[in-house]
Amino acid sequence: MTQSTGTAVLERLWQMSRLGNVNWGRLMVIAVPYFWLALFFFIPFLVVFKISLSESAIAVPPYTDLLDLDLEEAYLNIKINLGNYLFLWEDSFYLDAYLSSIKIAAISTVLTLIVAFPIAWLIARSEGNTRTILLALVVLPFWTSFLLRVYAWMALLKKSGPINDILMAVGLIDQPLQMLQTDFAVYIGIVYTYLPFMVLPLYTALEKLDMTLVEAAADLGYRPIQSFFAVIVPMALPGIVAGCLLVFIPVVGEYVIPSLLGGSDTLMIGRVLWDEFSINRDWPMASAVAIVMLVILVVPITLVRNSSKQEDAA
Amino acid sequence: MKTKLALLASAISLTVSAAAMAESKELNIYNWSDYIDPQDVVKFEEATGIKVNYDVYDSNEVLESKIMAGNTGYDLVVPTGSFLERQIQAGIYAEIDKSKLKNYGNLDKELLAKVARHDPNNAHSVPYAWGTIGLGYNIAQLKERLGDMPVDSYDLLFDPKMAAKLKDCGVAVLDSPAEMMAIALNYLGLDPNSEDKKDLDKAEALLKATRDNIRYFHSSQYIGDLANGEICLAVGYNGDIMQSVSRADEAGQGVEVAYAIPKEGTLVWFDSMAIPADAPHKDAAYKFIDFVLSPEVAAGISNYVYYAVPNKAAEPLIIDEVINDPGIYPTEAVKAKLFPQQAHTAKFDRLLNRAWSNVKTGR
Repeated sequence: MTQSTGTAVLERLWQMSRLGNVNWGRLMVIAVPYFWLALFFFIPFLVVFKISLSESAIAVPPYTDLLDLDLEEAYLNIKINLGNYLFLWEDSFYLDAYLSSIKIAAISTVLTLIVAFPIAWLIARSEGNTRTILLALVVLPFWTSFLLRVYAWMALLKKSGPINDILMAVGLIDQPLQMLQTDFAVYIGIVYTYLPFMVLPLYTALEKLDMTLVEAAADLGYRPIQSFFAVIVPMALPGIVAGCLLVFIPVVGEYVIPSLLGGSDTLMIGRVLWDEFSINRDWPMASAVAIVMLVILVVPITLVRNSSKQEDAA
Repeated sequence: MKTKLALLASAISLTVSAAAMAESKELNIYNWSDYIDPQDVVKFEEATGIKVNYDVYDSNEVLESKIMAGNTGYDLVVPTGSFLERQIQAGIYAEIDKSKLKNYGNLDKELLAKVARHDPNNAHSVPYAWGTIGLGYNIAQLKERLGDMPVDSYDLLFDPKMAAKLKDCGVAVLDSPAEMMAIALNYLGLDPNSEDKKDLDKAEALLKATRDNIRYFHSSQYIGDLANGEICLAVGYNGDIMQSVSRADEAGQGVEVAYAIPKEGTLVWFDSMAIPADAPHKDAAYKFIDFVLSPEVAAGISNYVYYAVPNKAAEPLIIDEVINDPGIYPTEAVKAKLFPQQAHTAKFDRLLNRAWSNVKTGR
């Protein structure tokens, strides 16, 4: 019975595929990214989530098991510890760290946008070879290690570094400025590192921009600054949103830049995570911090996505 | 069914022990960076025919996160005292069979007794090198700001008036909560290993009072910064500061760095060799430990890395520059004031690390 039903289903599918109702090729293509997401995002997420519900212990690995299977007594004990999440809520330290991360990420996203827009505009408005060269220049820094580029900034910004030397030589300052280990250095590092992530989506949006619309706005009496906000910005909005998300999301969890360029008082969630993991040796707590960070990020992203969908529909 | 399983298990363990009996031709070492003369590793390979895979780390935290995850494949690791202590409690390490180490007698008994505070009866570890945490400073810049005042005191950091004079030239402190808090407690005349919340609060207040004068908290950056004059005072590991001394010398920029053990007494640390229980090449690990315990190799380590080795037999072979340096081999009077930092309970660790975060972020 079952077998015959199974055969019937298969036969039906076969017929459908011959008629073109089931597009196998399409199914396969869709399955690949889903498989990818499941393997590299969903399963690791579940592992981290599982650890966040356990308790830290002096053992290998350093946390307790959720499931305790006793074969002899045929008991399955499930022990779930919500204490980590409770602690996150009760201790204002974590809230401060999340808020401070979001603040730093927001400020650096805006700064990156301001720096990236003219660059993207220039690339989109240039022709042929110039455009290829400009695009290559934006991508080129990726060919050197990210870490190396951050170290290069340490050399540039330090007290006896070239920036201080030049400022002293031209007489702008008489004492070398303390730039390293300040928030200023963190912003420089982030804007520099994440610039391509902002430039490329902006470029894609601006490239498609119809210049006749800008001209029309000018003909109708708009000054350049007015037509910029009335015509260019709305048309470039998808690029702006994509670029901002590409910068904002990774910066919230950024660890390397604040720890190399920032001062000890630059409180960011990436550093809190590292401290929980390695100094407190509390893997469950570190996992809980990571899960909450993910939730905090997912909510605004879904909101942005929904609003852009509505716009598309409108 | 059960008997079958048992048979299978014993068959597996037989094959495993047979494999272990066979001479290993490989050895996976995980040690601190710049902690041995690379020539010595080559010598060991030539003498034994064992191929050494030598990996390095630069912090106990990195070692611990790997080793606590299990199945690292490492045969020999070199954790520091309090980390070793906790890792032994977690059951990570195999017991050391001292009968397999013919050079074990070369070790300094007095220091072995100190290490036993981390590793009872020295059952799971063999000390590799030891040192102190103290003050590394820029000689000229301190003289300019403090005159001829002696610099061998933690007053330079903990007395806010004194530290304020050094603020502009840069003060750096180790980013190591347990070690720094132990030093602060000792400075206050309290038990450096106290787990009393009240004592911790006092240490936190002491550090907060001088927080504004500290430029950064980091456990290795000061090495380069001291050498090129970016900072003028660092609380750091003696060997690292010695490295800074020689780097400053090589650079020839006129920067002179020195190391002082504070008169209040300071923290003494031990790095010890230990064999993970799941190490695949234990016999080779024993051979390497014995090799390190030989007077020539031990002296070679001290001469190369400028740290003290706990090896009595090696002392005649250590160059004068190292053995006569009180910053590396302290005098007996100074030695008497050194204290180890013991592992804390998880609960106290959390309090301590939170206090440390508060100090660092100035909350």
